Amino acid sequence: MSESIGSAGRRIRLPWSDVVVTLFAFILAFLLGAVLMVVSDPEIAPKWSYFFSRPSDALGASWDKVSQAYSALVGGALGGIGPITSTLARSAPLICAGLGIGLAFRAGLFNIGAQGQAVVGAMISALVGFSIKGLPLAVHLPLAVLAGVAAGAAWGGIAGALKARAGAHEVITTIMLNYIALGMLGWALTTTLFQRPGRADPISPIVEWSATFPRIEGTQLHMGFVLALLAAFGVWWLMERTKLGFQIRAVGSNPSASATAGMSVSTITATTMAISGGLAGLAGVQVALGAISGATPTPLTAGLVGSIGFDAITVALLGRSRPLGTVLAGLLFGAMNTGGLKMQSAAQTPPDLIMVLQALIVLFVGAPMLVRTLVPFLKARRAGKAPTTQAVAPVASQGGLAS
Amino acid sequence: MNTTYPRPDGTPEKVPPVPGDAAPADAEPSDARRADESSVTTATLAPYRHPAQLDEEVHLRTTESAEARRQRLSTGALIGIVAAVMLWLVTQTSGTARFALSNALDEVQLPTISVPGLPVVLVSALLLAAACVVYVLPGMGRWRRWAGLVAGLALVAGFLSWAAAGRSLPFLVSNQLQGTLLLATPLILGALCGVMCERSGVVNVAIEGQMLTAAFAAAVVGSVTGSVTAGLFAAMFAGVLMGAVLALFAITYLMDQVVLGVVINLLALGLTSFLFDSLVKPQSGELNDAPLLEPIQIPLLHKIPLLGDVLFSQTILAYLALISVVVVWFILERTVWGLRIRSVGEHPKAADTVGINVVAIRWSAVLAGGLFAGLGGSFFTLGVTGAFNDDITVGKGFIALAALIMGRWRPGLAALMALFFGFVDQLGSQVQTMGTPISSDWLKLLPYLATIVAVAGLIGRVRGPAADGVPYVK
Amino acid sequence: MSTTTTAPIGSAADPAPQGLSLRGITKRFGTLTANDHIDLDIVPGRIHCLLGENGAGKSTLMNILYGLLDADEGTISIDGVEQHFRNPRQSMAAGIGMVHQHFMLVDVFTVAENIILGREQATGGLLNMRQARQKVLELSNRYRLRVQPDSRIEHLPVGVQQRVEILKALANDAKYLIFDEPTAVLTPQEIDELMTVMRSLRDEGRAIVFITHKLREVLAIADDITVIRRGKVVGQADASASEGDLAEMMVGRSVNLQVDKSPAEAGEPTLVVENLTVADASGQVVVDDVSLDVRAGEILCVAGVQGNGQTELAEVLLGLRPVLKGRVELQGRDLTKLGTRETIAAGVGFVPEDRQHDGYVSTFTVAENLVLNQVGGFTRRGNLRWDQIKANARAKVDEFDIRTQGIDLPLSSLSGGNAQKVVLARELSRPLKLLVASQPTRGVDVGAIEFLHKRIIEERDRGTAVLIVSTELDEIEALADRIAVMNRGHVVGIVPAGTPRDVLGLMMAGIPYDEAVVAAEEGAGDE
Repeated sequence: MSESIGSAGRRIRLPWSDVVVTLFAFILAFLLGAVLMVVSDPEIAPKWSYFFSRPSDALGASWDKVSQAYSALVGGALGGIGPITSTLARSAPLICAGLGIGLAFRAGLFNIGAQGQAVVGAMISALVGFSIKGLPLAVHLPLAVLAGVAAGAAWGGIAGALKARAGAHEVITTIMLNYIALGMLGWALTTTLFQRPGRADPISPIVEWSATFPRIEGTQLHMGFVLALLAAFGVWWLMERTKLGFQIRAVGSNPSASATAGMSVSTITATTMAISGGLAGLAGVQVALGAISGATPTPLTAGLVGSIGFDAITVALLGRSRPLGTVLAGLLFGAMNTGGLKMQSAAQTPPDLIMVLQALIVLFVGAPMLVRTLVPFLKARRAGKAPTTQAVAPVASQGGLAS
Repeated sequence: MNTTYPRPDGTPEKVPPVPGDAAPADAEPSDARRADESSVTTATLAPYRHPAQLDEEVHLRTTESAEARRQRLSTGALIGIVAAVMLWLVTQTSGTARFALSNALDEVQLPTISVPGLPVVLVSALLLAAACVVYVLPGMGRWRRWAGLVAGLALVAGFLSWAAAGRSLPFLVSNQLQGTLLLATPLILGALCGVMCERSGVVNVAIEGQMLTAAFAAAVVGSVTGSVTAGLFAAMFAGVLMGAVLALFAITYLMDQVVLGVVINLLALGLTSFLFDSLVKPQSGELNDAPLLEPIQIPLLHKIPLLGDVLFSQTILAYLALISVVVVWFILERTVWGLRIRSVGEHPKAADTVGINVVAIRWSAVLAGGLFAGLGGSFFTLGVTGAFNDDITVGKGFIALAALIMGRWRPGLAALMALFFGFVDQLGSQVQTMGTPISSDWLKLLPYLATIVAVAGLIGRVRGPAADGVPYVK
Repeated sequence: MSTTTTAPIGSAADPAPQGLSLRGITKRFGTLTANDHIDLDIVPGRIHCLLGENGAGKSTLMNILYGLLDADEGTISIDGVEQHFRNPRQSMAAGIGMVHQHFMLVDVFTVAENIILGREQATGGLLNMRQARQKVLELSNRYRLRVQPDSRIEHLPVGVQQRVEILKALANDAKYLIFDEPTAVLTPQEIDELMTVMRSLRDEGRAIVFITHKLREVLAIADDITVIRRGKVVGQADASASEGDLAEMMVGRSVNLQVDKSPAEAGEPTLVVENLTVADASGQVVVDDVSLDVRAGEILCVAGVQGNGQTELAEVLLGLRPVLKGRVELQGRDLTKLGTRETIAAGVGFVPEDRQHDGYVSTFTVAENLVLNQVGGFTRRGNLRWDQIKANARAKVDEFDIRTQGIDLPLSSLSGGNAQKVVLARELSRPLKLLVASQPTRGVDVGAIEFLHKRIIEERDRGTAVLIVSTELDEIEALADRIAVMNRGHVVGIVPAGTPRDVLGLMMAGIPYDEAVVAAEEGAGDE
């Protein structure tokens, strides 16, 4: 049996206390979110000023506001087959980009450039999708997908090569590449190659049906989600079963021991960043070729990718950089993003709240000691057990920002 | 007493040829013989010295390392590429380029300089090519510093001449200089925040988030109170508050600092966008219309032609930024607090063993840094339009971080790097208004491209604080 | 047995005992009990040696005394008054000073900055460096410990760094001075100097605690001896004890201090190094024109004080650093331009000096670490063959007697000695032409040292050329067939095994062999 050997000690270790800490991290984040909603509502806030004379006013209004928003959030994400499939479809790009970021984490690299890589991936796959006409689906779709993945890989590979060759820290280069990718997209949409004929605003033609992900009739669930799950399996296989994965993990945990063992740290760094970028590119492909609402994919615009690349950072952190964890975290954050739209329409709460919630969740998950301090009965449980101080994977192992 | 050891023994010795740099300062004869069967071999070394003399510093012979060589060659290659591009630009240049030293409104009108475009671009290209040669050839160590300077100047001169040649409008030199300082102001302050944090051993990737929050706070408080001063203080408070979040999770709860910084940025972005949408937008007349910082003209000095406007007719924020550079340097190098900050950033355990409270010192440094980031953030609202907008800092916090690293964690050098980024940023918008063939979309990307080139090509080997990013656990 | 078990000095009969006394100090880390009810009395005007193996709990005890760790049980009292040290500030205030094994000096600070750190002389928060320099010079003159206040620590030889570390403790006028393994980084002559300093400090009426695992040094200087084994005090002795008795107390069984080693049957040169010159990243020439060879079936030891280029020499042989000039040949094949992977494939095994940093991946399992640099041999079409990796691990664990709870546990769960066995097992699991081992037994207990030395000698007898880098003269005496002494990047000389320590020590300070022999004889004549 070679099934659970190797990283068995790491992979299956999901201690109960971690699960509970994560759960309480969610509860604390949602509580803080509720406070934020109440204080930012111009109608409710004044009611708290006379709280002591008539507490029911303030409490009632606050409760109404918060419960309305959160039930819209849950309903919008999970209430029925429509919302659920929509959640799955929205999770797919988060899972892909999250896998990419997680993969980089395990090599000790922090790929904040998933956003830019997704933008480039979306741009190129859409270009292939709308500019080539008359190909059958079996040829056109794979072509468009591969083009997008390759573009993302190239964009990530730039940062990887800069790190490997010149020692430029990936956090800075990937952020700059994000802005450059977005600027390029803005520029491209003004050129004849990308801009829809007859339009003055920056928008592309609609992707050919032959390059669109097939979807289940009547729902938003398309083949991209299957692709995301396949990618997750592929990453698991890569990391646990292959020599390259072994080397990536070794370099991520101890680059100098890896170099001493004859591995080429710079080659592995560059390769990992390219694979990571390819996965983020696949996230871009998902939004470019998958229909989020209606029957056709949304045409390419400057805002098409949204903040998927940044949301995916929190997905990867919450998923502890493991494929299964990333899928689960991606589903969760996909649900929150889907529900966030409903929250906006039904409860007039800006969907930016979701970003706040996600950031808070990751903060609390990253500081289990804080959660234990805030939640007294968890503290009692800890007795005798050494606390895990570093729940979120440390990434600075390849040296400080200057290395 | 920085004597090198061993010393050359009396007579001048033949210096063994070492590829690369200038001849080593001293060296010994290299007649170490190979060991014979069980016999004793000794290398001829310096004369006997009593061990008590060994309290002097050890300075080994130095030469160009492989890393330095690669760095030199890649810089040379970069200059070469720029030279080639410049040569191509020669074919695209026609007419004269005009550089106006004064604005139309200035009291003292300085002349507008006209230069023929083509020759200037050509000379620039040739100078760049020469600098490239100096970098690529070994043994030109002495000239390299000058070559780098010449290359930088030639690049600017050539690029501007090409851009301005044949245009109807002249290039406004005073605008360029004034804009440089203006745009560098938040970068300088952001980088100083980074200096304070990172010299104490806390990596701060959250400068962006601190500045964004501060920009928001400045806009809202400034609008409500109608006071710029109140806005500035609110910004500083917000910067310190976000610094406290960083300190809490990084120092007290030992979270990975790079991850933490990124998450704080997301939190700041989400928080400001949420509050902006739900609270500020509906009543933007009252909440998002802050008064602007007014330029303060320093009496007499501001009348100096050209430089007067640049240096002595700025907002309070720009003056504060420049003063802060000196203040931070002074704190770090001349005060007890600074010595302790540096010690916990280099070797926290050593500081602990002499009774210094590592956690407290790091907290104090991070909170103090927050003041600077807060001031820097206020620029984006109080210094521009007085109004906040989603993600108004557009990555300037990260550019400040790049300036910090390129400035080797030193306040003065970091400020200089911030000025460089400010210069590039202003150049992009100046050239844009002149109607050059480059798309404005690309010109806007200039600072980001410059950052990548700078981080990848020009930094070379830098040594940050030894304990930067390492949480201290007893 | 000449050891005596003396009654504690501050016994119950004495109402106000003089000095520092520890009673029942206990410290647990998880399941490990590092200190188990330790009693210790430290008396002014005496040198108290704390003798024990690596990992016996000596440093833990002293870190508790210095306020760096909290004890789980037990009391500390000074002159009969109970003390509670929560941090070093409090213990320093009580007159305790410590010279740390790993110097607590900020590399980029000057000597003066390091000495005043934490007790800065300041007016209104501003540093007064002039006064600080003055103070350093005063201290330096008073205790005859020569330092330059404005030298940067990173440029100083380790012997001088130690003086700074001692002055730091004296600047606080410490009455109780703890020296934690202070001799590890010194040449024999510097050790003599240090002992002179310790004696004069004792004669001033200070109490000295001297932590070591070296019997020779204990017997040279101790007034009182306490032996610690596995966290417990196993006995006390005075300076009249014999080396063998102390060794037995320290290890718990009789130890063979001399490794059985037949004379080398050296063959043709396997490794030939010619005029090798290496610069570090900042351009300092750390290995300067080194020429040496190692023959098949012999052990060449490279001796020298830490930081004189030996580490870099070992690394460059593995292709971990670029060669600036010169040549490295392995059985006639030029290795100079090869990378690490190719060098390993060419038949070079490597035990790095800092095993935690370079030798293994602590989050990886024992099984994974045992194939770290040869994982290519355990794959099929790029896929790992876990069954083979596991079988290999089981075999190695048996062969090398690696004590582990399981091969699927992370390597960080192993003790230092067993972790080092993993590294050596990995390197010896393929046919080698050359074995390069840096500090192969650093931080390892006596049992493991014996085992590791035995395996290295076996490898030599198999015809492998062996190059050992060591700062421990004991280890060099045990292993070397020939000794190359390095100083500031140069090979000062290559001498046969059996060269006296005094001569080696002088050579480590940069003095050529001929002069060193003369100087050593003069030195011996003086006494």
